[in-house]
Amino acid sequence: MAVNDAIVGWKTITWGCHVLEPGNSAEFRTGDWRSQRPVVDKEKCIKCGMCWIFCPDMAYSQDDEGYYEADMEYCKGCGICAHECPKDAITMVAEEG
Amino acid sequence: MKEVRLHGRGGQGGVTSAELVAIAAIDEGKYAQAFPSFGPERRGAPVAAFIRVSDEKIRTREKVYTPDIVLVLDPALPSLVDVAAGLRDDGIVILNTHLTEAEVRKEFGLKCKLAMVDATKIAIEVLGLPITNTTMLGALLKATGIVSQSHLEEALDRRFGRIAEKNKKALQRAFDETVVAA
Amino acid sequence: MARRVGVEVSIAIAEAVKLAKAEVIPAYPITPQTHIVEHLSEIVANGELDAEFIPVESEHAAMSACCGSSAAGARTFTSSSSQGLSLMSEVLYIPPAMRLPIVNVVANRAMSAPISIWNDHQDIMVQRDTGWIQTFAENGQEAVDLTLHAFRVAEDRRVSLPIIVNIDGFTLSHVIEPIELPDQEAVDAYIPPFKPRYKLDPRKPISMGPVGIPEVYTEAKVAQDNIIKNSKKVIVKAWKEFAEQFGREYNPVETYRTDDAEIMLVTMGSISETAMTAVDKMRDAGQKVGLVRIRLWRPFPGPEFRKAAGKAKVLAVIDRTLPPGALCGPVGAELRSLFYKIPGSPKIFSFVAGLGGRDVTVARFEEIVEKAKKYAKKRPKELYEVIGVREK
Repeated sequence: MAVNDAIVGWKTITWGCHVLEPGNSAEFRTGDWRSQRPVVDKEKCIKCGMCWIFCPDMAYSQDDEGYYEADMEYCKGCGICAHECPKDAITMVAEEG
Repeated sequence: MKEVRLHGRGGQGGVTSAELVAIAAIDEGKYAQAFPSFGPERRGAPVAAFIRVSDEKIRTREKVYTPDIVLVLDPALPSLVDVAAGLRDDGIVILNTHLTEAEVRKEFGLKCKLAMVDATKIAIEVLGLPITNTTMLGALLKATGIVSQSHLEEALDRRFGRIAEKNKKALQRAFDETVVAA
Repeated sequence: MARRVGVEVSIAIAEAVKLAKAEVIPAYPITPQTHIVEHLSEIVANGELDAEFIPVESEHAAMSACCGSSAAGARTFTSSSSQGLSLMSEVLYIPPAMRLPIVNVVANRAMSAPISIWNDHQDIMVQRDTGWIQTFAENGQEAVDLTLHAFRVAEDRRVSLPIIVNIDGFTLSHVIEPIELPDQEAVDAYIPPFKPRYKLDPRKPISMGPVGIPEVYTEAKVAQDNIIKNSKKVIVKAWKEFAEQFGREYNPVETYRTDDAEIMLVTMGSISETAMTAVDKMRDAGQKVGLVRIRLWRPFPGPEFRKAAGKAKVLAVIDRTLPPGALCGPVGAELRSLFYKIPGSPKIFSFVAGLGGRDVTVARFEEIVEKAKKYAKKRPKELYEVIGVREK
């Protein structure tokens, strides 16, 4: 028998294919895509927040001291933060096996 | 059903004339259609428009090929266009011309029933412009009675507003001066 | 009280849109649709209609703005034609799939090249499979009535699909004829306020138009196909209610003098009235000829058509488009599918007429019937024939 790889039925698919629950992208854990992770050197960091602005997955948040740190549940290791950091405070480090 | 073909030139208001006749007929409770010979509007080029007036619902949308009435707004058109093409045996051609009946028959070779008026002269004198569309409606009324003058004047009032009076005056003069020749 | 007026059909359609209280009108002018949107922009500018008229930079933008305004919950109208409709094409697929009930009056016109501003059905047949409900009007009154009906049906939650009302360019759009314009109270009673099931609202966010991965896309399209097929019940019921409210009856398929007809002409749009005159003339000459007019083109009313025309011996189907390289025109092909291998079904002969403004006259319909009679005795070589074409 042929495999049916459909994940939803035509009778149960949402009205107009709309996504009816807002913010459900949070359920999508992109952290397991990561082969490199960003490491912040707090000596160099000036807390400017550029990493937070540029992160495409909104993985960065500010800690109590005002430093920025990426949530590894969502950080997919793209390296944009490291590229944009004006102080070269972020280094991409290989994830170990 | 009466079918009318109207010959004019782009910019002379032939389409407006056709519309006014149809609107007047519809206001009288009759059925009517008016439509231009569709195309790019080019000022000065010979154009045609069509009218149908009937007591019953009109169920055709082809062009008018066998008119009962032909209305010609421009004096030079009969030498450019076969204005009598397809005219029914008892049909009439209504011309804007300063020529006499004999001259018209000789010049344009027309053997049909004719009605004639010098609409350009009237339009220049009354409206100050050689635009004969509303003037020639007076000739149409006189020669055919296809619609009532009162309904046509009401349609003119609605269309032209404050300049309607002048147009009605031109129409009346054409009505009075039109000569019908069998 | 309804008013009977002598008015250009385009102006009457604009008045119908005003009566329907459209709220957003993104539109771009194109011959022969121009008078519709011109008049609407005047109506909005002088305050007769409380709507947003968006003079967009192209038809692509017009339909994009329509999607936005309909998604935000506004009653949305636009109108186009020919090359303009084709420029909309990329966006036309979106509102049916996203269930956005936009009403679009298309003044049907040929496609370039050669450049033609005149009437045929090429423009809409190019967009046949976009998923819009599609109706064809045969006179000015029907153009007005189908426009009102379109708002009512499109916004019904059981349907929630966009509708294209087809009116023949020039041969309808530019004709002055008597039209009864209904009064506001009657239209208000017929078209309730637009209450979309879902809309874009920051207080209750949803996402419209997400990616459909291969594991979802087929199901999304099957759902869409079922929605438009099921819309026929609502379309027909809304016509019944239209008759109760306004006294004019409409059906998906209409017949004219078909009772004992052996040959039936099949038409869509404004040539149907000329065809009726042709049928009368042929009936007077003792020929058993009738006419079947398709008003609802999508969803195609198969059972209704079979009921209307199934007893004919011969169907002479007239298409207003010549799809190059195809087996025959789209209406001919549809009907051949409908009757395929059904025992006792009529012989179908497909004709193409009235391309790019060529007049379809009473005499042409007589010619088509003569040809159909001949072909019924001796099968023609080709699956379609172009009528009135000159060879040399």
